[in-house]
Parts: sequence; structure tokens; C-alpha cells
Amino acid sequence: MRNDALIVVLALCLSAFSTVLFADIRSERQTELLYLLDHDCGSCHGMTRKGGLGSPLLPSLLAERSDDALASIILDGIPGTPMPPWRPLINVEETRWLVRILRNKEEKP
Amino acid sequence: MIFLRIIALCAAVGACASVEYKGSGDLGVIIERAVGSVLIVNTTTRSKIARVEGLGDLSHASAVYSRDEHYVYVFGRDGGLSKIDILAGKLVNRVVQGDNAIGGAVSQDGRLIAVSNYTPGGVRVFDAETLKMVADIPAVYGTEGKASKTVGLVDAPGRRFVFTLYDGGEIWLADLNDPAKPVITKYKDIGSLPYDALITPGGHYYIAGLFGEDGMALLDLWKPEAGVTRILGDYGKGSEKLPVYKMPHLEGWAVVDGKAFVPAVGRNEVLIIDTATWKQAGSIPVHGQPIFVAARPDGRHIWVNFALPNNDVIQIIDVATNSVVKELTPGKGVLHMEFTPRGEEVWVSVRDIDRVLVYDTADFHVVKELPADKPSGIFFTSRAHRIGL
Repeated sequence: MRNDALIVVLALCLSAFSTVLFADIRSERQTELLYLLDHDCGSCHGMTRKGGLGSPLLPSLLAERSDDALASIILDGIPGTPMPPWRPLINVEETRWLVRILRNKEEKP
Repeated sequence: MIFLRIIALCAAVGACASVEYKGSGDLGVIIERAVGSVLIVNTTTRSKIARVEGLGDLSHASAVYSRDEHYVYVFGRDGGLSKIDILAGKLVNRVVQGDNAIGGAVSQDGRLIAVSNYTPGGVRVFDAETLKMVADIPAVYGTEGKASKTVGLVDAPGRRFVFTLYDGGEIWLADLNDPAKPVITKYKDIGSLPYDALITPGGHYYIAGLFGEDGMALLDLWKPEAGVTRILGDYGKGSEKLPVYKMPHLEGWAVVDGKAFVPAVGRNEVLIIDTATWKQAGSIPVHGQPIFVAARPDGRHIWVNFALPNNDVIQIIDVATNSVVKELTPGKGVLHMEFTPRGEEVWVSVRDIDRVLVYDTADFHVVKELPADKPSGIFFTSRAHRIGL
């Protein structure tokens, strides 16, 4: 019981923390990140995120992975595959924001 | 239709001095990747002459031409195969032949169009006239019946197509002399994660680039029975690779005076290969991860563009000295460069500024800027008569 409560409190703290962090991403940077997602991630994963040389990035397929796991793939890449580490170009907060974007849209309109 | 009526009127009156015929040797198309359209352009007047819309998802689209340079076949990401009359500026036929595709090729005789698919993995071949499917070649490999994504599809002399299995690590040579019964020769274990391939300008060698390991896989099409050999296997051994934010493209590679120039993978270098021995003959340090390494048609200069975060730059290598002699900064998102047929100008698509810049290749000044919506691939009709394009 206590553990559960603790987890809930932690989760609330984390989500509040995340919101603050996301708010720190300037709107121009958000635009840049969305552009990067569409065009640069899109060059392998498809502009509609249905996949290409890289895997599809549709929310239904990402559901089995945690936010941390997805963020870690984006930041550090997948060794042995063409997925590169994006850490030099995107910071941790920006990555978490991108994960949230990816989870929200089944398909780009 | 209007054109025909004018002719009919002329015939009836019998007084027209001339009928205007239009050639297409100086035309081309520019892919507008985000909005699913292509621009038809004229490289003599340096202008847009038409826009054809409704072509689906054109991210990573490419195109080949009919041998009469009257039609262009556009291969979309979403499996769309569109046939466009470039003189009329109209879409004349379109089929969605797969779920996820990556380019195509036209046969030596111009009668067949082949499309490379990621999903379902394999190559499908169509009648160039009707776009009816004439052959389906699933790229099944291994023992589990899995189909591989296919890459590096090109035409080869003898009504053949060559392509590479990305997941399977194989090269397949498909003889389509009888499309009802394609004869496939498979070359296995060519290396890890072949990401793209090319055929040399005469159709003699087919070479696949490897992402999963150093080196490239070479198939001599004059001696296909000799199998695939590995070249450049010792390149860069022991050194840490840089992250690659966009796959290099091997199409349109540069072969000049017995030397081939190819993008290194994970290194900011253009590699020089001696085509007599297929050994590395040197390397040229460049600004970033090279994407296209394209020779001007006369071969003297090689234009190179780069992956993120260096995709705002083009460098020009002088083959006489193997050094960078000029750097241009057209803007962010330089995606493609296409030379006019004899190379006095080059058209450069710059995605992030929604512009195509036309450069004079002698003094590097911008001759013309054309607005285009997120331009990517540029394909001129002169490709119609070149093997492998």
C-alpha cells in the first residue's frame, strides 16, 4: 500500500516536473523539433511514420515500450542498426517531448 | 485535345504555316516531397512549366523516364507508381502497387518498370505502357520464409534488373526476358545491412554499400558466375564511426578516369577507389557525412552534399587535385543535385528554404532561384538514355 502511494506521488511529481520542462522548450524550438521529426526522422521512418528503412513509429507499435526505453533509443541509437544516437542534436527534455508527440498521433494528417 | 483541334482546324483551312512540335530533352521533374506533387521544369528557360498533384506520399520519391522522354514514372513511398506525360503536364496512370516502396528502374528496352518494395519486401515489375503487373518477385530469404526489404534496384543490360536484400544480405540478378518466368540468380552472404547499391555507367559492375560492416560488395556482370567479392573491407578498421543521420545514396556515383568516388559511411570522407583493382586509392576529407557524390558530366568536378547537421553545405572536389576547391552554402536541407545534360549548370534542391537553386558550374554563381514546396529529388530527361538511372 505504502509503496503504491509512493509511486503515485512520484508519478505526479514527475509529470509536474515534465510539464515544467516541456514549457521550457521554446515554441520556435518545438517547431524545429516537429520539422526534424517529419523530415529527418521521416527520411527513414516515413513522413507519415509508417516506416521505411527504419521501423514504423505508430503509437500502437510503440505502446509496448516505456517512455524511458523510447527516449533511450532516440538519445543513444540502436548499435548495429542505422538508428543513430541523436544526443548531439537533441537534449533529454526535447526527447521526452518528442516521445509524447509520437505517442499521440496514429498518423500524421 | 486543344492541340488536336488546332491541327484539325489547320488541316481544314490548309493555311497554317507550321505546327509547333515540342521536344522534351531539356525537361525534368522536381519532387515536392511533403505535398505529393511534382514540378515539370525546363532547363533551357530555367522555369516551371507545370505542376502535377495528387501523387501520394513522395518522401524519398524517385523517378525514371520512358526512352522517348515523353513519360516519367514516379515512385512514391506509399507504393504509388505514377505515370506522367511531361509534355502535357498530366498524370496519365497511377497504381498503388505495394504498401511501402523505395524507388524503381526501367528496363533496357523501356518496356518494363520495376519497383523496389519494403512492404511487402521484394520487387514487382510492370508493363510500362499499361502499368499492369507482369512479375512479382518476393525477396524471401533464409529458412523462416521472411521477405526482405529491397534496396539498390537498377536495370542492367540484357533486360535484367539487379537489387539487394537489406535484411537478407543478398544480391539478386533477375532476368526478365520472359516476364512470366523471371530467372533469378541469388548471391548470398554479401555482407551486413547493404543499404543501397549502384551500377557503373556501362552496366559492368554492380556494387552494394554495407552499413553493418566496412566495405562494399561487388558483382561483375560480365562474369556473374564468379560471384560477389568484397572490396574496401579494410577501410577504416579500428576507428570509431561517427553517427550517420542520413543514409548515403549510391545512385549517380562518380567514375572518372579509372577512379570511382564514393561516400564513406560514418566518416567525413569521400573514398577514392581504383576501378582496375577495386582497392582504395585514397580519401578526401570533407565537411560532413557525404550523401550524394555526383560527378559533373565532364568528370572534372565532383559535387558533394551532406547529412544532418551539415546539410546546408555543398563541397566541390576537383578531380585533378583530389581536393575541395569550393564550398557553397545554399541553405539548410540540401537534398539533391542534378546536372543539366552536359553539365554547364546544376539544379540543387534546398528543402528548408523551399527553393531550387540553379548554379553555373564554372563560376558557381546562382543563375536562378525557383520556389518549390520542400523540394527533394530532381530528375532530368537525360537520364532516359543512361544505364542504371
